[in-house]
Amino acid sequence: MSWIHRVRNAISSIAKRETPDNLWHKCKACNQMVFCKEWEENLFVCPKCDHHDRIGADKRIPMLFDPGSAEILPSPRAPEDPLKFKDTKKYVDRIKAARNATGEHDALINVRGTIAKHRAVVGIQDFAFMGGSMGVGVGEAFVSGVEAAIADACPYIIFTAAGGARMQEGILSLMQMPKATVAIARLRRAGLPYIVVLTDPTTGGVTASYAMLGDVQLAEPGALIGFAGQRVIENTIREKLPDGFQRAEYLLDHGMLDMVVERKDLRQRLGLLIDYLTPQREAA
Amino acid sequence: MVSFLDFEKQVATLDERIHELRASASDGVDIQSEIDKLEAKSAKMLSDIYRKLTPWQKTQVARHPERPHFKDYVAGIFEDFVPLAGDRAFADDHAIIGGLARLGTRKLLVIGHEKGDDTASRIKHNFGMGKPEGYRKAIRLMELADRFGLPVVSLVDTSGAFPGIQAEERGQAEAIARSTQACLELKVPMIAAIVGEGGSGGAIALAAANRVLMFEHAVYSVISPEGCASILWRTAEKAADAATAMQVTADDLKRLGVVDRIVPEPIGGAHRVRSVAIAALKKALGEELNDLAGKTPDALRTEREEKYLAMGQLAG
Ligand SMILES: [Zn+2]
Repeated sequence: MSWIHRVRNAISSIAKRETPDNLWHKCKACNQMVFCKEWEENLFVCPKCDHHDRIGADKRIPMLFDPGSAEILPSPRAPEDPLKFKDTKKYVDRIKAARNATGEHDALINVRGTIAKHRAVVGIQDFAFMGGSMGVGVGEAFVSGVEAAIADACPYIIFTAAGGARMQEGILSLMQMPKATVAIARLRRAGLPYIVVLTDPTTGGVTASYAMLGDVQLAEPGALIGFAGQRVIENTIREKLPDGFQRAEYLLDHGMLDMVVERKDLRQRLGLLIDYLTPQREAA
Repeated sequence: MVSFLDFEKQVATLDERIHELRASASDGVDIQSEIDKLEAKSAKMLSDIYRKLTPWQKTQVARHPERPHFKDYVAGIFEDFVPLAGDRAFADDHAIIGGLARLGTRKLLVIGHEKGDDTASRIKHNFGMGKPEGYRKAIRLMELADRFGLPVVSLVDTSGAFPGIQAEERGQAEAIARSTQACLELKVPMIAAIVGEGGSGGAIALAAANRVLMFEHAVYSVISPEGCASILWRTAEKAADAATAMQVTADDLKRLGVVDRIVPEPIGGAHRVRSVAIAALKKALGEELNDLAGKTPDALRTEREEKYLAMGQLAG
């Protein structure tokens, strides 16, 4: 028995509030305690069960881009709260809270840089920002990311993470699906690759538009990927869902993905894909 | 006689009285003037109700089981309809129907959701909820129309794409994404009409068109009011509030730039005088097709692209 295992057994009896947040991480999947430092060095993947935790752009950037190459692109302007929406809370207050909590302007940011020495513009969706949901701000960011890729004659890579469309923007959120699709068509006409990396979770209108239109479709292990929510399906068909339903490996089995890639291998794998898909004329 | 909705109860009561009076007319008593008076009152009541329907009431009108469906519009608007079936990969989905048709002298492709109108046909058409093979059939037919220069008319009427295990396994999301993409790639005119319910991704997959028409009492939204309410209000009981907040009516969507033209319905909704509703749609489709007829293939695609790129942007 390794010393860490023994420590972990001992730790499990300590009440949660006595566990220093900055020292131990409790895995959401297997509930085991891991040294934070070990967990971070493992790219926020549980060393025990391989659970890939949800991460935002701040953590994704250093593990993806070559050191010092990443440059965050400005967020495009979009209307705030076009419907003056209010449920139990005002939408503007929800946005404010999400901005304070994440430090981001909206749920999608674009980063320009090099991945294994290959230039790319990368969109990173953050589930922590209102469930990564797609409103006009996200749609505009997607388009501006694609435009930056076209201007740089490099691929656009998107890391998806979203519960779906942002209901608080009503029909305008649905209209971001065709909007993003037009941007992808223009990238394609420019002869540039569009690569999708699906991360946990990607569902709803995001899956049913830009998340499924990649020239190459990658996913992180265990990521939940689907169109309809699991509860909606259960309530409609009144059947138990199969094991692993809507997980990355399940989609791979059903022909919806090219590959499931461990987080630690993403940089190298994306570099290789960019290399293969970069127009040959340019290389000559 | 039509089935009445909850908010039409007063009209229903009045109509029942008219009916009873008529039945007693054989007694020789002159009651015609009384009947006329009550009929006028009933008509005014109905017109008053329909002039200020709430978004939630419109949702119920849009879902009315006697509202005209795809087959009724096809029969009433087009001639020589030739249905085309199958996605060539898995199955023929009866929730999404398409085929070649003529509107006057204009040949075109018509495609849309069919909900069915009795228990057997509702099951056959899966209540208008498309599966991946339905959207893949739509893609196949749109590509066919594109190659042969036929304009595409779509009639949208779905609560949403079908949420099921097999639908997910066969790539419901991918099929919707590709169908939306197929609309946007067309170099022929495309006109979409939201005739009943425009439900989320299952609707936009057939509605990314040059022109989007919408019936006066149809609804179109990113999620059903019940779904929105159960997530944001944590109870489906707040569906009426959700319908108002999400702005799902034709007037809302025209103001937001999502809908280009509102097609009027007869007083009391399309289900009360179906032929009037069908004729109104026929007229609107004919005019929009004429309007798009002169445009070049490239202009049609570019205009459509620019329209969707601008959706929701700040003015100016
Ligand atoms: Zn774990």
